Amino acid sequence: MAASSPPAHSFQNLILELQRFWADQGCVILQPYDMEVGAGTFHPATTLRSLGPEPWKAAYVQPSRRPADGRYGENPNRVQRFYQYQVILKPSPDDILDVYLTSLAHIGIDAAGHDIRFVEDDWESPTLGAWGLGWEVWCDGMEISQFTYFQQVGGFDCEPVSGEITYGLERLAMYIQGIDNIFDLDWNGVEGEGCFTYGDVYRRSEREFSAYNFERADTDILLRQFVDAEAACGQLVEAGLALPAYDQCMKASHLFNLLDARGVVSVTERAAYIARVRALARASCEQWLGRAAGEA
Amino acid sequence: MPELLLELLSEEIPARMQARASADLKKLVEEALDEANLPFGSIDAYVTPRRLTLVADGLPARQPDIREERKGPRADASEKAITGFLNSVGLGRDQIEERETGNGAVLFAVIERPGRDTAEALADILPDSLRRLPWPKSMRWGSRALRWVRPLHGILCLFDGAVVGFALEDIVSGDTTVGHRFLSPQPFFVAGFADYADKLRRAHVVLDPAERRRMIAGGAEKLAAAEGLKITSDDALLDEVTGLVEWPVPLIGRIDAEFMDLPSEVLTATMRVNQKYFALEDAGGAIAPRFVVIANTEAVDGGGAIVEGNERVLRARLSDAKFFWDQDRGRTLASRAPELAKIIFHARLGTLDEKADRMQALATSISRHVPGADMDRVRSASRLAKADLVTGMVGEFPELQGLMGRHYALNDGENAEVADAVAEHYAPRGPRDRCPTAPVSVAVALADKIDTLVGFYAIGEKPTGSKDPFALRRAALGVIRLILQNSLSLKLRGVFMNAYELYAESAVAGSRADEVARELMEFIADRLKVHLRDRGIRHDRITAVFSLTGEDDLLRFMARVGALDEFLAGEDGENLLTAYRRAANIVRIEEKNDGAAYQGRADDALLRERQERELFDALAASEKEIAERLAAEQYVDAMSALSRLRRPVDAFFDDVTVNCGEPDLRRNRLFLLSQIGSALESVADFSKIEG
Repeated sequence: MAASSPPAHSFQNLILELQRFWADQGCVILQPYDMEVGAGTFHPATTLRSLGPEPWKAAYVQPSRRPADGRYGENPNRVQRFYQYQVILKPSPDDILDVYLTSLAHIGIDAAGHDIRFVEDDWESPTLGAWGLGWEVWCDGMEISQFTYFQQVGGFDCEPVSGEITYGLERLAMYIQGIDNIFDLDWNGVEGEGCFTYGDVYRRSEREFSAYNFERADTDILLRQFVDAEAACGQLVEAGLALPAYDQCMKASHLFNLLDARGVVSVTERAAYIARVRALARASCEQWLGRAAGEA
Repeated sequence: MPELLLELLSEEIPARMQARASADLKKLVEEALDEANLPFGSIDAYVTPRRLTLVADGLPARQPDIREERKGPRADASEKAITGFLNSVGLGRDQIEERETGNGAVLFAVIERPGRDTAEALADILPDSLRRLPWPKSMRWGSRALRWVRPLHGILCLFDGAVVGFALEDIVSGDTTVGHRFLSPQPFFVAGFADYADKLRRAHVVLDPAERRRMIAGGAEKLAAAEGLKITSDDALLDEVTGLVEWPVPLIGRIDAEFMDLPSEVLTATMRVNQKYFALEDAGGAIAPRFVVIANTEAVDGGGAIVEGNERVLRARLSDAKFFWDQDRGRTLASRAPELAKIIFHARLGTLDEKADRMQALATSISRHVPGADMDRVRSASRLAKADLVTGMVGEFPELQGLMGRHYALNDGENAEVADAVAEHYAPRGPRDRCPTAPVSVAVALADKIDTLVGFYAIGEKPTGSKDPFALRRAALGVIRLILQNSLSLKLRGVFMNAYELYAESAVAGSRADEVARELMEFIADRLKVHLRDRGIRHDRITAVFSLTGEDDLLRFMARVGALDEFLAGEDGENLLTAYRRAANIVRIEEKNDGAAYQGRADDALLRERQERELFDALAASEKEIAERLAAEQYVDAMSALSRLRRPVDAFFDDVTVNCGEPDLRRNRLFLLSQIGSALESVADFSKIEG
């Protein structure tokens, strides 16, 4: 079944098309942030830049790690590391939905033949102290994007409001290629021997990281690292360094996700950990806003 | 007669908020029209995922002129009084009249307020109404400060065919709108409501939610009937889907045979919760391998790609579910129970494993009071009740907790009553949820809730105001419903103490069992008030019984409340309540005057008047009878005994002077009055009765 889709429908081409499309919309095309994060929203280009008055337009791919979602490469729909395509537009333009729908047409999803639906999805990130209102975007019953108007980040009001679009790249590609198993995704669009599938690229990674996430991650080490990241974040906030401080916040957040996947975080402890990460996010955001105001 | 048409066009409004929003819009505009003296014939509101629309008919072209006459001070009043009057009416001295009255010349102001054109008045009042529309959650967007449920794109507002000009920030009203987002996105002009509804339909928008609902239900039934099936009735889903589409197009899809041996709850939950599909059933009521999805568009290919896409999504969802179903059944539910030790119930109250142990002990002791409850089955059910929380399926579909437990328990060969109790022990989950009646289920459901209530009260985590993070109000209501609907005689205070003792000492350190039980009884009484309010029983009846007796057997409590309520509704009750208050007042005042206490029994030897004697005797007789009736739990009869006091009490007040000149007599009569109070208070605390 591999490589049965036309090259234009390959996984990498989907990314290239989105890059082209959003570049044409005037976005700064960024590269992924070089740290483990749970979602594209964590990238400082979204979290921090959505705060403060300055306009901002950016788009990027962000590998996202959800340790608890790993299935050892054996589930056709679940992986512990996947790609999000993230667009952030500040202030949210009035025609943002139309532009988004045009982007879908651009990657081969034509509303004339499909059922595109905006289904309520209030987004909240307790670890970031952030929330917004928006929708899941459904195409023929499948969630292909999330759409959010940010109201608060780090506990601070977003003024102006940013519009955030997150495309789930693997799901979109599976839809476009018409396949049921993520590992069968045609990655590079080459016919025959030179073809690479998603499985060729990532199955081993899924297997090994699932084993790490669920069995091997040393919780004592993780707990120590969490405490270290927390302490470092505090010191950096003190030193007035918002971006390095926020790096430590992202670290703490990922460490918490790993601890959670290992099943060592109880329901109540969970709330406490989330509150601790949120405090780091808040402090970093506050520092960021202070800096932004100072520079303006 | 002229018509008002208003449409608010926005990005997609959450389905669950739509009905409420259209009702609120209608109410706000009605109020605003009333306030502006603008009568109307009919008024209707409609809602789709993208628009809120209101049409009012039969408005006048102008507001009526208002002529108002105000009387002022006399013409020869002080300068200050006259100036004050002039200022209050906003007129000059030469604009007001002097009129001769029987009381000399008096100033009169005649204020004429000419009505404005309706359109002008509407432009004034509508923005305010719109800003006050109460969305459950609203948001800002772009650089605006305006709040709406999702970004607002356009306002169409016409009166008698002409634009009513106003703006919400930079969004200016006009006479155009757009059709369906994908099928007819072009803007078009609108002349009035009939034109609007007609053009919308041609632009693929069915405005009226009731009509969309009928189209969905009818279309789905038709597709089902074509395959000899019917739609599994689901009003909530029908409502939700009505709010997701402007142009409903029902389509039918297939469920792969390999998934059909999943429990029907799993299939239905996957379809309804995740996908908003309707489930179908055959003539025998068994779930059928089909689903109906309501698309919001007419696809160029007739919907083939849409069905195929939806089938694929469902397949992915169901293969997840099937994986869990197969994996979960690989082990018995009982063997999973110890894993509850890794789930924390609450940091201070320990793990779910510990909770299950406590539930087992508590349910066993409660089961003694639940007729027909087999103690061994109660024990097994308590131990298994929470075990499905560590299965994969419940991890994936938390809403299936309990239900999956039943499937797995039956699969393991557990007794059916035990399996049902596992499924039902969370119930009732609210005022409208079904309340368990099977004895084993009742015992386990009570134990679960009481353990939670006692634990959280012991560590001081009580609901405050709107905050009730552990759903203790719902748990308390559950306890009340389980007891009353199953007519259980249960002394709650003892059960609370028992539940408290089951907690580890360290967990509840710093609290006291009797204190926790007392507070919880008050909480239960409080929730009982809310529960009974819906049945028309006033809260003061409950307070009057509770504050007197602290009764902790809810059945007896209710019998007493019922008797009291009935008594107070009658003429004797009303009359005695008045007498009770009068007696209590007199005693209170005289006690204060004299700095003395007049609570006690009257002395037989000091009774002089016939009416005094009669009251004395009647009190003695009724006190005895009331005590006997109460002991026998014959609350209605106890009230009847009270009724017999009415005549002598009335006669006493009519003919006997309490504050007479002879101190001994006076004192004795005050004692007699206090006895009226204590007689009534032996039945209920009448001082708590209001109104």
